[in-house]
Amino acid sequence: MYRYDQFDSGFVRDRVARFRDQVERRVSGALNEDEFKPLRLQNGLYLQLHAYMLRVAIPYGTLNGAQMRQLAMIAERWDKGYGHFTTRQNIQFNWPRLPDVPDMLDALADVGMHAIQTSGNCIRNVTADHFAGAAADEIEDPRPSAELLRQWSTDHPEFAFLPRKFKIAVTGSPNDRAVTKAHDIGLRMLRNEAGEPGYEVIVGGGLGRTPMVGKVVRDFLPKADLLPYIEAILRVYNLRGRRDNKYKARIKILVHEAGLEDIRAEVEAEFARQMAAEGGPRVRPDPAEVARIEAYFAPPRFEELSESDLTFENAYRGDPGFRAWCDTNLAEHRQPGYAIATISLKPIGEAPGDASAEQMRVIAGIAERLGHDEIRISHEQNVVLPHLRKRDLPAVYDELRAHGLHTANVGLISDIIACPGMDYCALATARSIPIAQDIAQHFSDPHYARTIGEMKIKISGCINACGHHHVGHIGILGLDRAGVENYQITLGGDHTETLAIGDRAGPGFGADEVVPAIERLVSAYLDQRAGPEETFLMAYRRLGPAPFKGALYPEKEPALAS
Amino acid sequence: MAKYFKPQIVSANDLFEGDVVYLDAQHGWTRELREAAVAHTEEAAQALDAAANQPGRVIGPYLLDVTLDDDGLPFPSHFREKFRDRGPSNRPDLGRQAERPPRRTPFSSAGGI
Repeated sequence: MYRYDQFDSGFVRDRVARFRDQVERRVSGALNEDEFKPLRLQNGLYLQLHAYMLRVAIPYGTLNGAQMRQLAMIAERWDKGYGHFTTRQNIQFNWPRLPDVPDMLDALADVGMHAIQTSGNCIRNVTADHFAGAAADEIEDPRPSAELLRQWSTDHPEFAFLPRKFKIAVTGSPNDRAVTKAHDIGLRMLRNEAGEPGYEVIVGGGLGRTPMVGKVVRDFLPKADLLPYIEAILRVYNLRGRRDNKYKARIKILVHEAGLEDIRAEVEAEFARQMAAEGGPRVRPDPAEVARIEAYFAPPRFEELSESDLTFENAYRGDPGFRAWCDTNLAEHRQPGYAIATISLKPIGEAPGDASAEQMRVIAGIAERLGHDEIRISHEQNVVLPHLRKRDLPAVYDELRAHGLHTANVGLISDIIACPGMDYCALATARSIPIAQDIAQHFSDPHYARTIGEMKIKISGCINACGHHHVGHIGILGLDRAGVENYQITLGGDHTETLAIGDRAGPGFGADEVVPAIERLVSAYLDQRAGPEETFLMAYRRLGPAPFKGALYPEKEPALAS
Repeated sequence: MAKYFKPQIVSANDLFEGDVVYLDAQHGWTRELREAAVAHTEEAAQALDAAANQPGRVIGPYLLDVTLDDDGLPFPSHFREKFRDRGPSNRPDLGRQAERPPRRTPFSSAGGI
């Protein structure tokens, strides 16, 4: 993985020193809150309901054991012993004190981490496929491009005050695990007719109060042209994006209002202008620098192994718990004899995405000893060990089990995305976490969950949709209806390469009505599916919304005439 | 007939700790909601709001509606304020709720809390 050079380290240390000075000036009264707020946000420091919150960037969701251990140390020393992994592949600490934050940032800098550009109207932390570099279906590892984008966008003076925040996601696989069509810019790697890798460029996707499916602005962009083209998009957006209304300021609104052809023409014109500049485009990186970055993402030195392994096979046959975990939590690795393991941070009844400091250290230890020192955070709020030998998996499972990290539910109904909601977030209109907990408890029977099969429930505690509810097979949106929590349900959303925005089913439900409503949906699905191979989403697409709405809103018995 | 004024208090977040605080009658800040100064008139609420302008100590002071229990002590009306007062509902070991016994609720609470 990428390691900071002297420039990176110096830059981050300088930012910490500046922020330390800014905090001191805020405490002394030299800065008031209006002056300080944009400075703290630029360094990832929010104010939530109960405390400050520090959002730490995990670039493209990749970190190593030492970094995970440092997060554990920070959680214990300056927070309350845990962290919350988010749908942006970041980690949030929910309880820091203002005077401690510079020390926390220094501790992050010790391991090449920071909280820069995790807030504000700038280019945010670039996200990527959490299976990058390991997935069997991958064309090429997208992380060198993501790192290139990170370096280009960090402290970019032209794009520090965009009309609104800007999110870029990258995938190197045709199976989109990075939700690229719901980002301001999505990059999907593909090959042209000559077999050269490049990117399909998607623009104007997003969730929030106006969900939009991203549109393809460029069918194929050579990798070498990535930065000039992205810069062209940002330049058009920066000039034309609305600044009069924050709810209409994202690039998705610009693309929608101006039309894709208009935006494409302007982007291509700006791109052509850059490419024609004397000496070449300003932001086209030196091939040597690209090679330097790519070298950091060279695959680990895998052993030549056979695909089957006796230790693994024996454990799989002999241990039902291990077998269940393998069936749900493993994904195919590109290297024979290896597997990608997803560690579920959705133990039944717990807050999705939370991990204790002890659990972080356990994960770090496994990664260091057995996983080529690589860890990923998924946008689905789980942790991934991307490079494990299959023969080591029984021991890994036993260690995870000893620390409550062995839940075998990845992709099932209890593997729920949920934003922090009103239990933490100042923007929330209702709670998310307890709804997720209630649903997971209700469907805790593993046999029942496996019978239901693949199911993506996603819960947001407000219209900003951090919980991605629009793209959940079942989406749940928490609202405040006259001082009471109320939950709208959407159906048929899809976060993959066939991204779809879910349909709003009808009137919302009270907090205690959500689980029965989900149960009715599940029962309707099980009753009407063509067979176990037909997932909830497939059944919804085949049958349409009517049977599911009928299940959600059963007609009441007519009152008997008296 | 005079319009009914719903009692109000002022809340904010502490500058250093970031936690929830309430303006008391001495225009200091308390972490106990029951110790908050209660305004029973619009004029009193405006006076509290003005007194809360202490940028060196707190962030974002604002007036919020409360109900009063049998002893005349304030209780938050809205579920958001109940969470702010107590802490995350999914983690009773965190926030104020971890430090004190639960208060008797004068009314059935909204939203199944």
